Amino acid sequence: MEVDQLQRSFLEYSRLLFHEGFLDGQFSQLQLLQDESNPDFVFEVVSLFFEDSERLLNDLTIALDQQNVDFKKIDAHVHQLKGSSSSIGAQRVKNVCIAFRNFCDEQNVEGCLRCLQQVKQEYLLVKTKLEAQLRLEQQIVAAGGAIPMLNEFC
Amino acid sequence: MGLAAADSQFHVLAVDDSLIDRKLIERLLKTSSYQVTTVDSGSKALEFLGWHEDDERNNSSEETSVSPKNHQEVEVNLVITDYCMPGMTGYDLLKKMKESSSLRNIPVVIMSSENVPSRITRCLEEGAEEFFLKPVRLSDVSKLKPHMMRTKCNKDDQKPENLEKQEINGEEIQSVLQLQQQQQQPSQTSNNNNNNNTNKRKSMDEGLSPDRTRPRYSGLTVMSN
Repeated sequence: MEVDQLQRSFLEYSRLLFHEGFLDGQFSQLQLLQDESNPDFVFEVVSLFFEDSERLLNDLTIALDQQNVDFKKIDAHVHQLKGSSSSIGAQRVKNVCIAFRNFCDEQNVEGCLRCLQQVKQEYLLVKTKLEAQLRLEQQIVAAGGAIPMLNEFC
Repeated sequence: MGLAAADSQFHVLAVDDSLIDRKLIERLLKTSSYQVTTVDSGSKALEFLGWHEDDERNNSSEETSVSPKNHQEVEVNLVITDYCMPGMTGYDLLKKMKESSSLRNIPVVIMSSENVPSRITRCLEEGAEEFFLKPVRLSDVSKLKPHMMRTKCNKDDQKPENLEKQEINGEEIQSVLQLQQQQQQPSQTSNNNNNNNTNKRKSMDEGLSPDRTRPRYSGLTVMSN
């Protein structure tokens, strides 16, 4: 495939991700920090996010499965997940975390369980999409092209 | 001469319990040409800064510009810390630093994911130079330099005469001279020093809450590669 074509596909795909709220302006900020001396910065941060999230979602599942639910602990986990999703621009995940914390404050187990389900879904969605986006990037680089900047999508 | 020292690399100590945020802040700071050390807790930060509980017992108001080199091996020009951390919060760290004769002159910036006005006020009143809402951006990091420059001037030139030789802007000379004069008056208590710092900061920043709580963007105005 032509570099041009690949770059256009990448931009189209990214535009969609921003439009649908999967990513927000913070993701563009990450891209700004990537350069020749740190060519894999976005990939590294996103990978950390995947690892972190999977651990937290696991811990949350266990915590909500207990006889006596420890809301403080759950809130701490959700706070972490909210922070990391916010730091990479994973907007929809972050937004579910906000609702999740409100249910924690209310000590509402049902609400928390619903949010956990939702946040897992959103996480899987954004993971799939980020991986697809990354593959497009890799194709561009392999074809000798540069990855287009995403500043316009905020 | 002071200016030559100011041109050499500034060293920032970043404190955050989140690995992702540490990676981010490190990259943000390095992109801005600062030397960076990251730690994951307030206690590790104090350790790195060479803080010793025993040394603080003799903390007196006359002991002002004590060079951090007494305790530190590496000079730190600014500490940027997350607010919410298990154990010692960023606020606790800030307080400990301000109570320390050797560390109080190191500028501290607080970061938080939560926009809580009372929290922001509390930190600024305790002596934090800035309060950044997370996620922190390049435009935030560009605000750090003046704070680090101010500290370099204070440390390198104890005598007011030396300050006149420096090519820093009029406002900086004004505020640094003020500080020098304060420090040389034996009747000054450390409280007054803090108040002067606060006043200086307030006048420079034109008020507290609106600026502090305004979210930071937009992607469109940030510099590109």
